[in-house]
Amino acid sequence: MPESLRKIVVENSDEISKKWIEQISRKKEDDYTNTISEELYQTTNREFVNVIFSSINRQRNTTALNDFSERLINLGWPLSYITDGLQTFRRVTIDFILSQSETVDSESLASILNVVDDWVGPIINQLVNEYTGSWENTVSLQRLALQELSAPLIPVMDNITIMPLIGTIDTERAKLIMENLLEGVIKHNSEVVLIDITGVPVVDTMVAHHIIQAAEAVRLIGATCILVGIRPEIAQTIVNLGIDLSKFPTKSSLRKGFNTALKITNREVVELSHEKEKEITAILDSIK
Amino acid sequence: MSTTQTCVHIKKEWDIVGARQMGREKAKELGFGTVDQARIATAISELARNIYLYAETGKIYYEVVSDLNRVGLKIIASDNGPGISDISKMMEDGFSTSGGLGAGLPGVKRLMDDFDIDSEENNGTTITAIKWVRK
Repeated sequence: MPESLRKIVVENSDEISKKWIEQISRKKEDDYTNTISEELYQTTNREFVNVIFSSINRQRNTTALNDFSERLINLGWPLSYITDGLQTFRRVTIDFILSQSETVDSESLASILNVVDDWVGPIINQLVNEYTGSWENTVSLQRLALQELSAPLIPVMDNITIMPLIGTIDTERAKLIMENLLEGVIKHNSEVVLIDITGVPVVDTMVAHHIIQAAEAVRLIGATCILVGIRPEIAQTIVNLGIDLSKFPTKSSLRKGFNTALKITNREVVELSHEKEKEITAILDSIK
Repeated sequence: MSTTQTCVHIKKEWDIVGARQMGREKAKELGFGTVDQARIATAISELARNIYLYAETGKIYYEVVSDLNRVGLKIIASDNGPGISDISKMMEDGFSTSGGLGAGLPGVKRLMDDFDIDSEENNGTTITAIKWVRK
């Protein structure tokens, strides 16, 4: 930045900040920031303007800017505050410089615009980059978290395994389901696998297709797949779509499916208390 | 008859979820029962997936329609994709070019009350389907 312009800006920094804060405060009333407390808003504005001015003095030093943006991101300030704020700042500064210079020809106007752009532009870029970087980071973390949740396999009992599915099934998840299912069947030595779709909101042909394929693959490695948790409305849409699910057993609830699984593995649930009562009556009878 | 139209763009696989969420919301507003909501959501899911699979991008429009004594939800799925060369074949159960179940389009027809398809080879496809609220 040429010395003369820099001087104007630095010497009148108070005035420029005042004008900027005035303008930005007017914005507050009708937009996104009106839930933020007045005090916090004013301090942040002052800090923001200080950061901008400090960047003119120390051209390449960006730590102050980094600290500031990091704090804003952590507080969850909208990105539009930053972009709006800097656009306003650019306008205010240009207005101010123009009002200070006596003669304005097109050449000097162009150079003023350039100079201010060179100053404010990199700040906008850096802040926007920091913001999007933090978003991308969040999104990728959430994707990982989602992937971990997407196809869990629970060995509930010897030879019986349950895969509860919750939420939308897309192509990627369908692949994971198939892989985990087959791996789990081998690993836990399961005879019966229950796939629970109680938490799947929509079963369209794609989802059905993937479930049929998974069940068929499970059958190929010698286990039985039972589809459970078919809600009445899902049953009706499956029939409307004309999807044939007759190749493997289906049940309305996990409980019924589990009973069937026990039957397949030749087991049953016996209530202990009954047995004990019988024993006691037997003992009482023998006493008589 | 006043019509308000809403539109969801289909560009990636997750947009299908957004499209059917919107459809379910609209259906709920209109007073459809849970079974019909599921039918509408499933039909939108099929239509949106067809767009995603065959045309890559397209739009799903939602419109509240009414005639003399009933109201309904109109779903328009429109794209500029490759189009359908043989519509009657496409409406057969079990016919699929993508290795799927081949139940999509005929399924949508059964899920909804009115169904109309307009397509030309290399000139996009527009599918219109209406579900009326049962009184």
